[in-house]
Amino acid sequence: MIYFDKVSKIYPDESKALDGISFGVEPNEFITIVGHSGAGKSTLMKMLIAEDRPTHGAVFFESANIHKLKKSQMNKLRRRIGMVFQDFRLIPNKTAYENIAFAMEASGHTESEIASDVPHVLELVDLGKKIWSFPHELSGGEKQRVAIARAIVTQPDIIIADEPTGNLDPVNTFEIIKILQKIHKLGTTVLLTTHNTGIVDEIGGRVITMEKGKIIKDDKHGKYVL
Amino acid sequence: MIFTHFKRITRTGFINFWRNGFLSFSAIIVLTLSLGVFGALIFGSAFGRALIKEVKNKVDINVYFVLDAEEPDILTLRKTVESLPEVDKVEYVSRDQALAEFKDKWKDNSLILQGLEEIGDNPFPAALNIKAKEPSQYAGIATFLDSKNSLSQDGSNIVEKVNYNQNKLIIDRLGRIIPAVEKTGSIIALLLVIVAVIITFNTIRLIIFTSKDEISVMKLVGASNMYIRGPFVVSGVMYGIFSGILTLVLLAAFAYYSDAIIMKFSGVQGAKDFSLLMNVFSSYFLQNFGQIFAIIMGSGIILGAISSYLAVKRYLRV
Repeated sequence: MIYFDKVSKIYPDESKALDGISFGVEPNEFITIVGHSGAGKSTLMKMLIAEDRPTHGAVFFESANIHKLKKSQMNKLRRRIGMVFQDFRLIPNKTAYENIAFAMEASGHTESEIASDVPHVLELVDLGKKIWSFPHELSGGEKQRVAIARAIVTQPDIIIADEPTGNLDPVNTFEIIKILQKIHKLGTTVLLTTHNTGIVDEIGGRVITMEKGKIIKDDKHGKYVL
Repeated sequence: MIFTHFKRITRTGFINFWRNGFLSFSAIIVLTLSLGVFGALIFGSAFGRALIKEVKNKVDINVYFVLDAEEPDILTLRKTVESLPEVDKVEYVSRDQALAEFKDKWKDNSLILQGLEEIGDNPFPAALNIKAKEPSQYAGIATFLDSKNSLSQDGSNIVEKVNYNQNKLIIDRLGRIIPAVEKTGSIIALLLVIVAVIITFNTIRLIIFTSKDEISVMKLVGASNMYIRGPFVVSGVMYGIFSGILTLVLLAAFAYYSDAIIMKFSGVQGAKDFSLLMNVFSSYFLQNFGQIFAIIMGSGIILGAISSYLAVKRYLRV
């Protein structure tokens, strides 16, 4: 489904964020990428949504080189990827409903689809009562749940969660992980980055350990090196 | 689908305009100031044109004829002068008319009227008052009159005097000053318009800068550039409409109260001196309202929309 082919990212000051990364992601996998801060986890995620470009190598999504796609093709690809960020990235002057509806509008859904799916997906993340709240009226955990709802509402092929629990307390952290596991069970591929070993232990499955821009371990049974 | 997109973009633009109340208010104020500059230039040029017209109207050249000049010869000359392309208006004052005007002017001064009676005959010559289209054209008209064009049918000269030389100094000065004033005015107007456009553009750019994270999120959920940019352009159009209305109200108030303002600042004597220029703003505003409305509203909408369009552009490169 996704393949990173010898991807390197070298900044003008010669520092290497990624150094010859190669790995593949199969459909319906739940992959946790673990590593300390600065290991290159977020840069890797940015490559996948073309928010950043590799210096060498290529990233393929179903045989298409992501960084060679035209603008319109890139927009279509991004609609197939649900993104969840550490800093939530909700649109501040839109309510929870509107933030989620926006992703559906951008994907060309009809008004009736939006009206039925948005409340449903908010119920799924247990935020049915906060449907008309603005981001500043929500707690960190609630904001992240809205962000997850926004990511899944268009039924993407893959969810990319970049340190989604980085700003949350332990209770909310495990709530969010449970939601992501639930989404995975419904058939969506999940790619999660974290530096929290507790989360890795909780999830298990395939774990990729990164250090200084390189993959130092790729294990299918939840083992990592930190 | 296009209609749905258009509806959503418009709705989002309206909602953003309303929800970002303070920023929208700031944009409207800055845009109103810029449009106010446009309005001031419109009124300034109207006032300038009225002033120049007034000064031009006060300048003419007079052709005085010899006392025995025959009226048909004078009327023939009048016709010839009128046919000159540089001539705007020719007024014929006959000897009798000149006498009547003199008597009317001095009707309260018996001494002067008595002196006139003692002369017995009408001492006033017939005259032609000639107005050129431009002050610079008087020299050509004077040359024309000095040439043999002012001879009667029997070949004698019927013109006693052309007072161009007496007025030459002021006419020459006006000929030089008016184009210079017009040119300087145009340059100042252009500079003011450029400054107003830059200030407006930068204000809207700052407003959109506060939404740059929002724009990057929109890009990352796969929204097209048109879908992201559209609501900002709609909000820009809204800034233009509101500031246009505000500017027109302010201009209308200024036009309405301009006479009182001139009177207040120039005093009674000044107002008397300005009497010919009174009502310039109010009558200009009323007569040209359609044009002023189109310029102010059009500029506001175009400035708001283009500034927003360009300001969003730099944040779409995600």
